[in-house]
Amino acid sequence: MLRPRIIPVLLLKNNCLVKSVKFKNHAYIGDPLNAVKLYNDLKADELVFLDINATKNGTVVSFDLVKEIGEEANMPFSVGGGINSLTQIETLIKAGAERIIIGNEAAVNPEFIGTAAKAFGSSTITVCIDVKKNLFGKELVYTLNGKKAHKYNVLDFAKLMVQKGVGELIVQSIERDGIMKGYDKALVKIISDEVTVPVVALGGAGSYAHLKDMYGFCKVRGLGSGSSFIYQSEMKGVLINYPTPQEKITIYE
Amino acid sequence: MRAKIVIVDYGMGNIQSVFRKFSLLGITPLVSNDVSVIKSADKLVLPGVGHFSNAMENLKTLGLYDILNDSVLIRKKPILGICLGMQLMTNLSEEGDAVGFGWVDAKVKKFRINNTLEFKVPHVGWNQVEIKKESMLMTGIDNLSEFYFVHAYVCKCNNEADVLNVSNYEMEFDSAFERDNIFGVQYHPEKSFEVGKTLINNFIQL
Repeated sequence: MLRPRIIPVLLLKNNCLVKSVKFKNHAYIGDPLNAVKLYNDLKADELVFLDINATKNGTVVSFDLVKEIGEEANMPFSVGGGINSLTQIETLIKAGAERIIIGNEAAVNPEFIGTAAKAFGSSTITVCIDVKKNLFGKELVYTLNGKKAHKYNVLDFAKLMVQKGVGELIVQSIERDGIMKGYDKALVKIISDEVTVPVVALGGAGSYAHLKDMYGFCKVRGLGSGSSFIYQSEMKGVLINYPTPQEKITIYE
Repeated sequence: MRAKIVIVDYGMGNIQSVFRKFSLLGITPLVSNDVSVIKSADKLVLPGVGHFSNAMENLKTLGLYDILNDSVLIRKKPILGICLGMQLMTNLSEEGDAVGFGWVDAKVKKFRINNTLEFKVPHVGWNQVEIKKESMLMTGIDNLSEFYFVHAYVCKCNNEADVLNVSNYEMEFDSAFERDNIFGVQYHPEKSFEVGKTLINNFIQL
């Protein structure tokens, strides 16, 4: 039986770990390599690292940092942030990343996903879809930390990515980010039900109960969260944590 | 003297993590695409992530096709194929309709899934591995241990006797095979915590 992956999603800013609320107000959490060591001990299924300022600054997630993470991590991990060339992908994979996450470039230049999937295999390429309602209440794809709206309807964009050859989609609700009140289940389900590739839910989880709730609603292949795995509670005291094998079973059974 | 292990670097995938897992076990493998280095190896590792036909082309372009055949079939050196590396050991793949090394009588097919709501492709994540025969490679590994998988194509052996592990993702597939000195695993032992470490150590100890 394949169980859903339970994935700490860690945000990088100037190579430090931070955590946002609705993509803003970034609180400093700590050192990413320390977090990797802790998640090693906790036997996390997988880790995701996203450099949140890379695209904005016209840079890429630090190759050196990814290499250090690769040397430390005992589990698979994916990285994203500013990636828009095949050379960057190759370097990041060589540094130890299992999968590459593409955001802005996927929306600006969907063909890039096709090219990348062809070069590195579908299962290496993930697209992160950040979703927010616009002023008229329509759910659109956003990039650049939720600042730039794209013309795409969310489901159309997801299907386009699959058509181009993406191997996985991370579906993230910007409005739920850091709120810790639960996922936008409907949003995730709309996409997961319509695509053939694995979907990872992200945005809003604040407890293991929220993970269970999401999985009960829709059999996503991944349950991602930042806040749940770096905060002790909604009071937001930093405490790197992860479900035990027994707790995991309660989440997906 | 310790066995000399060479990881074949043919430009596909994540060699760093494979290298690191061996190193943690006290063996520093060589990573190489040099014929003479591969020739000098006692054991080989064929890793790989990516497209089957691209991989075969790369191996041929690098001039590694003959030396690998010689090392595996004539000199009978133990070889561990990981993920795409396992698939390359078979007769052929539906991925690019390309011919493989044919060391193991098997073919590589795309996942054929009926319940696409629940079973998404690629198959990504932690899945159980059922041990189908006794093997040095499985020493100390519990039946139905979880390993980490990332793949969209699966191996199917033609000879039951070659099947080492099977796993289930709506359909059953061969998640590892073993034939003489040839070992292939579809999962990533280098990403599978302790159980993966045990497997790699077993290969070192062969």
